[in-house]
Amino acid sequence: MAAPRVTAASPRGSEHDDRAPLSIHDMTVAYERKPVLWDVDVDVPEGRLVCIIGPNGAGKSTLLKACLDMVPQVSGEVRFWGRPIAAQRQRVAYVPQRESVDWDFPVSALDVVAMGTYRRLGWCRPVGRRERADAMAALERVGLGDLARRQISQLSGGQQQRVFLARALVQEADLFLMDEPFASVDAATEEAILDVLSALRTSGKTVVCVHHDLQTVRESFDWVVMLNMRVVAAGPVTEVFTVENLRRTFGGRLTLLDQAATALGQAHRGVEGG
Amino acid sequence: MTWTSGYDDWVVLIGVLAAVACALPGTFLLLRGMSMMGDAISHAVLPGIAVGFLVSGSRESSWMFLGAVVAGVITAVVSQALHRLGRLERGAAMGVVFTTFFAAGLILMVQGADHVELDPNCVLYGAIELAPLDTVTMLGTEIPRAVPILVGVGVVNLLIVLLLYKEMKLCAFDPGMARAAGINDRLVNQVLMILTAATCVACFEVVGSILVVALLVVPAAAARLLSDRLPVVLLLAVIIGSIAAGLGHVSAITVPGWFSAQVEDTSTAGMMAVMAGVVFAVAWILAPRHGMLARLIHLLNLRVRIASEDALGLLYRCDERGEALSATRLRQALSSTTDAGPMVIRLAMGRNQRQGLVTSGTDGCHLTEGGRARAAEIVRSHRLWESWLWRHADLAADHVHDSAMMLEHVTDDSIRQQLDAETGSVAQDPHGRPIPEPGSDGEPGDRTSDG
Repeated sequence: MAAPRVTAASPRGSEHDDRAPLSIHDMTVAYERKPVLWDVDVDVPEGRLVCIIGPNGAGKSTLLKACLDMVPQVSGEVRFWGRPIAAQRQRVAYVPQRESVDWDFPVSALDVVAMGTYRRLGWCRPVGRRERADAMAALERVGLGDLARRQISQLSGGQQQRVFLARALVQEADLFLMDEPFASVDAATEEAILDVLSALRTSGKTVVCVHHDLQTVRESFDWVVMLNMRVVAAGPVTEVFTVENLRRTFGGRLTLLDQAATALGQAHRGVEGG
Repeated sequence: MTWTSGYDDWVVLIGVLAAVACALPGTFLLLRGMSMMGDAISHAVLPGIAVGFLVSGSRESSWMFLGAVVAGVITAVVSQALHRLGRLERGAAMGVVFTTFFAAGLILMVQGADHVELDPNCVLYGAIELAPLDTVTMLGTEIPRAVPILVGVGVVNLLIVLLLYKEMKLCAFDPGMARAAGINDRLVNQVLMILTAATCVACFEVVGSILVVALLVVPAAAARLLSDRLPVVLLLAVIIGSIAAGLGHVSAITVPGWFSAQVEDTSTAGMMAVMAGVVFAVAWILAPRHGMLARLIHLLNLRVRIASEDALGLLYRCDERGEALSATRLRQALSSTTDAGPMVIRLAMGRNQRQGLVTSGTDGCHLTEGGRARAAEIVRSHRLWESWLWRHADLAADHVHDSAMMLEHVTDDSIRQQLDAETGSVAQDPHGRPIPEPGSDGEPGDRTSDG
């Protein structure tokens, strides 16, 4: 059941690259028995800005969530610097899609950013002056220092996205997994986020973004994972971001595997229905 | 009908303690969108109470309490499992579980009632009026048994909310982030369910299992309308609950007397729930930002601003044509070209005169110098939008007016500059009328001679 790969990111011999911030081996994920990700193999190298691109329903968000154990995997292994997520949570920050939370919640921008310090605080210890100062510094880094006290529903969509980014920054992680950080944001926000991302890369951090805008892949990222249920291609943008691979990722024709998956899903529905 | 000091004081205190105990878990239930889980748990603790009672044969026993908490937690777990694994809609899952539990509890109680003195009515509707009669002796003084129980539950709720404040906040706001940060969302959720179940049991004798949900949900919902800061919301929920409880007993004693001299008094628990509803209604109308009145005033202000800007635009266009408009004609023109009502138009005209933008005399309405500058901005926005829509949105020239009419009111200087750049700084709109220059006093005919 090995997926055809244009560029093998990891040498087939060793299962994991222990230096890689994120190493995914043979991962399969299914919702209600219908496969969403199939046999994904990727080793993300350190210090890169990586984007995951692919059509709707390609499993981009699911890939991030499965890596973080937020959705169960059917099979496969994920390693962060050679160790499982449970041992590395401190070093990994996750930025969910903006729509995933209720922005009417009665908290301020600063409160949300301070949530990034909860993990290092541990259970039961309250947010103190130091955590608030860190949160304030992170808000200033994304250009929202003036809006710290504002309730989050009174921020624009782009500002909300930057609040989420600041919350990830305050975690002082080494790997950032971001789900569509550029989705429907204004120009100022896009620029602010890109600035922060390149600063992160300069300081040796690794960033993985689910991304939807093919136009900006070349200028903004240096590594790309092209995903459509399985990894079509993964590697440096200059090498794998080709028309041929784009066609294979976004192409309308169903591959054999997709057809098998669809048939499998239908079969299961048939069994459950009968 | 009359207030008995030393008795009714206790009733109010018990009611307030119940409200305080309910407010804290109630607020977090509300924020998690699980208010109805409070309702479900409060009903489903019944079989736990009944079993605990039948096993121990006594109302004072901790068995009853334990049985109820277990039943409450089972309800939460089973209904969540039904929702997740059985693919049953959340509300339906809770409905299936809690009605089954509730009915089982009722049957157990009716069966057991032959042998023991546990009154199903008291369980359903509470008996707060009788609570001061059921006393225990603590530290040498006789106090109602409900007081130490409610104080205990209230203190436990407070301690846990203080201790797990940030965990409960994060799990309510962003469970995904909580999981990614290694905070067990399910565990925090179970703690909230246990708190809710324990609170419901402690309160059921006071306000009954049906009305306890009023104390869980309504004060929290009212508090949420009044503040956007979580600590303040929690505090307000406690205060509002207490007020509703106090008012509830007072009005249960006094209100029936207003209508009939024969009626002694009415159900305090019922009146507490009604008062909670009344406080909520007041909050819903008067709340500073989320309240209905605030929204209406905001909407009216917006309408008046739009109408006053439309009036300025109309006067500017009349000046272009060299016509004068009387106040009456201006009002007619506004009401026929916009959807503003007579009151909004009157307020808008008043606003323009108050701000010194328009003078009204026997020779009609005229723009002042400041009014002309403001009007030029509005007309500039309008005609720039018309040009932009015509060029870039492929709209016919006779279709762009209405859209521009709306857009002109939300267009600031930076948008005007962008429009100007994207339309290539044209001098005329699609109808051939001149676009006023930025910063000009907008004297018509400045740029073109055709007026």
